[in-house]
Amino acid sequence: MALQATIQGLKAQAGSQLGLSVARLFASAAAPIKVEVMPYKVHRIDAPSNIVETNVTELMDFYKLMYKMRRMEIAADMMYKAKFIRGFCHLYDGQEAVLTGIEAAITLQDSIITSYRDHCQHVTRGGSVVGLMAELMGKKDGATRGLGGSMHIYNRKNNFYGGNGIVGAQIPLGAGIALAHKYKGEKNVCITMYGDGAANQGQKYEALNMAGLWNLPVIFVCENNHYGMGTAEWRAAKSPNFYTRGDYIPGIKVDGMDVLAVKNAVAFAKAYALANGPIVMEMDTYRYHGHSMSDPGSTYRTRDEINAMRTERDPIERVKKLLLANGVEAAELKKIDREVKKEVDEAVEAAKASTAPPEHWLWKNMYVK
Amino acid sequence: MLASRNARVAVGHRVATAPVNRALLAARPGRCGLIATKAQKKEIMMWEALREAIDEEMERDPTVCVMGEDVGHYGGSYKCTLGLYKKYGDMRVLDTPICENGFTGMGVGAAMTGLRPIVEGMNMGFLLLAFNQISNNCGMLHYTSGGQFKVPMVIRGPGGVGRQLGAEHSQRLESYFQSIPGVQLVACSTVRNAKALLKAAIRSDNPVIFFEHVLLYNVKGEAGGAEELACLERAEVVREGTDVTIFTYSRMRYVVMQAVNDLVKKGYNPEVVDLISLKPFDMETISKSIRKTRKAIIVEECMKTGGIGASLSAVINESLFNELDHEVVRLSSQDVPTAYAYELEAATIVQASQVVEAVERVCGSRAMALA
Repeated sequence: MALQATIQGLKAQAGSQLGLSVARLFASAAAPIKVEVMPYKVHRIDAPSNIVETNVTELMDFYKLMYKMRRMEIAADMMYKAKFIRGFCHLYDGQEAVLTGIEAAITLQDSIITSYRDHCQHVTRGGSVVGLMAELMGKKDGATRGLGGSMHIYNRKNNFYGGNGIVGAQIPLGAGIALAHKYKGEKNVCITMYGDGAANQGQKYEALNMAGLWNLPVIFVCENNHYGMGTAEWRAAKSPNFYTRGDYIPGIKVDGMDVLAVKNAVAFAKAYALANGPIVMEMDTYRYHGHSMSDPGSTYRTRDEINAMRTERDPIERVKKLLLANGVEAAELKKIDREVKKEVDEAVEAAKASTAPPEHWLWKNMYVK
Repeated sequence: MLASRNARVAVGHRVATAPVNRALLAARPGRCGLIATKAQKKEIMMWEALREAIDEEMERDPTVCVMGEDVGHYGGSYKCTLGLYKKYGDMRVLDTPICENGFTGMGVGAAMTGLRPIVEGMNMGFLLLAFNQISNNCGMLHYTSGGQFKVPMVIRGPGGVGRQLGAEHSQRLESYFQSIPGVQLVACSTVRNAKALLKAAIRSDNPVIFFEHVLLYNVKGEAGGAEELACLERAEVVREGTDVTIFTYSRMRYVVMQAVNDLVKKGYNPEVVDLISLKPFDMETISKSIRKTRKAIIVEECMKTGGIGASLSAVINESLFNELDHEVVRLSSQDVPTAYAYELEAATIVQASQVVEAVERVCGSRAMALA
């Protein structure tokens, strides 16, 4: 299927990408490194350059953040199996590069809204790992005081609008947030994230139409992990080219497993959106876990496919290889790994030790006084 | 496209509202009522009163905006926004495409950032398409975000049975929406309360679903001034009485008052309470009235099953059982799609004669009165 072809194509590419990166013999952390990323496929727009400039400092930040996301989600998996986390729990491991690249290209004054696969947005938008773990465990120190749960995490101060349970319902909200940016004269965009499953929702087209009509600064980001829960994209979408499905709205398809490709494209998209209006981005990515913890994720995909992704396209491994090729010692990265593991483990313990919300909070925040 | 007033809106996430004398705002139950200022003497129609409310609030606060179908250039299908786009511009009076789910959600998103959108459903019935946005987002976001986000929006539009509009355009959604946690439901009925309530709803930080009625837009009356607000949680005692309390709302208020004319001639003295606030119920006014009359009749336009009356009846039963001399009687619409034929449509909804008959049944004969 299309996914198989993509993997074959990437196998051929992998060697040349790293080969083209200019290795600096002197490990200067700020010295520019040029990396060639997979060329962007585009719709009704000229592609941005696929030579991305970065440096060791930035790559280290990416590594640390993505590794933190990875460990957090693995910890959530363990906590769920140990029954500390209940209900629905949708994990982001495998997709780290998408969010990391997006946040690197925008500011906290830009808004972001996503679906229920929102644990990592909590962390990129100013939340703590403890806050996330406590929320997942339904404790009062959680991000939304234990009242929201996995799917309802928000951060108003840093313009993170959740955290939405119903597939696709966040898309019109995102258009509304972008409308508000324009209404108030703010030079900010709203990153409106959704999946390949949600891309078939009618309300997405309603939002696209309105955004196009009024040139709203909204960046529609389809995180295409190729499966809408248990249904592969080719079985749910007549056209799997999600980046073209905005029709009159331009679109870009990005290798979502490459944080540099994502960052570069989102920076381009933000500039476009502020000047012209909406744009669609399709992030070609993958989730290692099933749709949620209730889904083993192996009844509709092969283990070979999942392992191939881990081996050939893992976003963290890619950055790691780049760092090692640019003078960073393996020991340094191991040190980061240990620090991150420690932070996450401590957060889990702290969350476990926290208490449930008090009973009178049942009625808290029903209405604004 | 942006009106010049928008430039005065503070940039940044928290938007400062225009300065206003907050002392005049009535927002808390128990401490509010109609704060009357010098009322206008002339009579206007309800649509004009609603338009005045929207116009005044938009002028006062640059974050207030309207979105919906044909609200701008067309002037509003019931004229509630007539000419406002010329004054405030296309962005503040936004003509949306026909996509209720999309634009209601868009309104919620805008409200989360601090804007105060008034989303108009051309007919309340169309808002069924936006039910998810209204229920899960509009109603729940304040709670699920741990109090971080407010949704200060108003969802308004006409509902109710009109003149042979057919089943799909005669919906009464108050019963559908009443279970949604986090929203307030308000039904206006007179020119005066329509304007005052809509102004209060716009200024409220909570999401308010504001029910108007297709057949009341041309009702005439006096409207209040620019600072007259009504309390969103307070019922209106329309007529004081002693024999029985008739609870009603929206257009049925007029049907009830028509029945009251007959009833008075027959020697009855009913108290009429217009609920106004369908969610939450004004239990203070409701219980005060029942303690006085000891009998309750609910006259509503929504259907019997799962209607406002069903909820109210249960609440009265649970909290005021010992104050009642008679079971609570509900007069509601039939549980049928509203037929097109005139006679059948009339048979679907409550008529004044039925109200008279219900009072006679509940209160007993008054043959001896007014001898």
